[in-house]
Amino acid sequence: MHPAPSVIFFTVFSGLGFGLLTWLGLGYPAVTGWTAFAFFAIAYAMAVGGLLSSTFHLGRPERAIKAFTQWRSSWLSREAWCAVGALVAMGLYGAGLVFLGERYSLLGLIGAALSMATVFTTSMIYTQLKTIPRWNMPVTPVKFLSLSLAGGALLSGQVTAALVLLVIAGAVQLLTWSMGDKALAASGTDMASATGLGGIGKVRAFEPPHTGTNYLLREFVHQIGRKHSQKLRIISLVLMVALPVILLALPFSHFLALLAVVSHVAGVLTARWLFFAEAEHVVGLYYGKR
Amino acid sequence: MTTLPAQTDKKLGLVIDLDTCVGCHACVISCKGWNTENYGAPLSDQNAYGADNSGTFLNRVHSFEVQPQAPDAAAQLIHFPKSCLHCEDAPCVTVCPTGASYKRVEDGIVLVNESDCIGCGLCAWACPYGARELDQAEDVMKKCTLCVDRIYNENLPEEDRQPACVRTCPAGARHFGDLGDPDSDVSQLVAERGGMDLMPEQGTKPVNKYLPPRPKDAMPEFDVLAPFLEPVAQEPKGFLGWLDKTLEKL
Repeated sequence: MHPAPSVIFFTVFSGLGFGLLTWLGLGYPAVTGWTAFAFFAIAYAMAVGGLLSSTFHLGRPERAIKAFTQWRSSWLSREAWCAVGALVAMGLYGAGLVFLGERYSLLGLIGAALSMATVFTTSMIYTQLKTIPRWNMPVTPVKFLSLSLAGGALLSGQVTAALVLLVIAGAVQLLTWSMGDKALAASGTDMASATGLGGIGKVRAFEPPHTGTNYLLREFVHQIGRKHSQKLRIISLVLMVALPVILLALPFSHFLALLAVVSHVAGVLTARWLFFAEAEHVVGLYYGKR
Repeated sequence: MTTLPAQTDKKLGLVIDLDTCVGCHACVISCKGWNTENYGAPLSDQNAYGADNSGTFLNRVHSFEVQPQAPDAAAQLIHFPKSCLHCEDAPCVTVCPTGASYKRVEDGIVLVNESDCIGCGLCAWACPYGARELDQAEDVMKKCTLCVDRIYNENLPEEDRQPACVRTCPAGARHFGDLGDPDSDVSQLVAERGGMDLMPEQGTKPVNKYLPPRPKDAMPEFDVLAPFLEPVAQEPKGFLGWLDKTLEKL
């Protein structure tokens, strides 16, 4: 899959933003007044910034409002509802904390649940696609949720929780890589089933439909990134999990915590780039490519 | 509404004969010609006369080489037209967030209401066959309409009321009809020739069927005397033999 910057930015920052909102909704840290304002400002900048970034992926963003209509069948539509619900609930809850110094715990819990629901629906947009076996696994939503909770814990300064959750998220990430590497072969879709010609013999792509490239090849057959995938996996895991865990384990200072956040975000961006770049869409088989 | 209908009154679709297709790409051209000036936005080309050209097509013809398992069997070249299969369980429809993609109850045709399309591309991601392409000029999703503006068009002569690709095919490799009716010509053709689904494991239940190439004839022994003839000498003798040995030594 083509690793579009708008979608990488969207999934990474909305995941972090809604992760932070989840922790704030649960009352960790129990802040009020201007401290609460600062936390909520960071969370909203990330969540809303991520959502706005996703509209750059649209051909016709001026019609984006129509995406609220098909929640019965479409995960993308459900995500739109969950995101707006979470932002409204957490906005009211945050206003109570910042301006009234009041904690409406039930509203916070609802906001936290909707924030996690937003991350879950985002992950289901990718998980539902049978055409991309690497994503079409139950572990995909687990990865998005564990990363979002870990990132949220890191941003909200929950050191112990962040240490545990980062390690869990790293383990889930390793699991998705090892399962994902076998997913295409396990799906049973290959050139033989794509063409129905496997009964005659070994199928080879002889001539593509056109001498030039096309939308399908640009969007679905991205092979450049896979060359360095093993190195990038190590880099992303070190930045996303190992370095933040070491920095958090040291005696606490705000500077080290900031470094941990920067390292984590860089690691998640790298891993998310790989998430797209490594994903093989079955349509590539018609072109003899993966 | 992007939920799929439980069932459709008809299952209009195509039957494509891989034994007959000669790979001339006439269906590609007639498809682009008709659909760029009729239903919905035109099918744009980018940099059409430059080195790096590409464009939107609703129908593309691949060519595959198939090498049979038998040790001395010749490879077969199979031309393979591919367009929307108008699946019964169309994953492209249910993922659509706006309701722009839908499957018609009356005939099962999968269409895009372009004025509702936000160009998110998710339907193209969900399609295993590469049947949908996001037009780079209009930024909306384009796909085969089964020439919905021809097949019911009473302004056209009756023989033209079929998809442009079927009408134009010079080899008769494309057939159009109701695959939901077991007595229709296309259904009988599918039954007779063992019509198949592409990627059945994806669970899309395509309406379009492909007729596999017929088995090739075995080459007959042309010359009854051939088995009695001496094989041509493989080892050179005399002067050529000396030359061969001498050159080997150098």
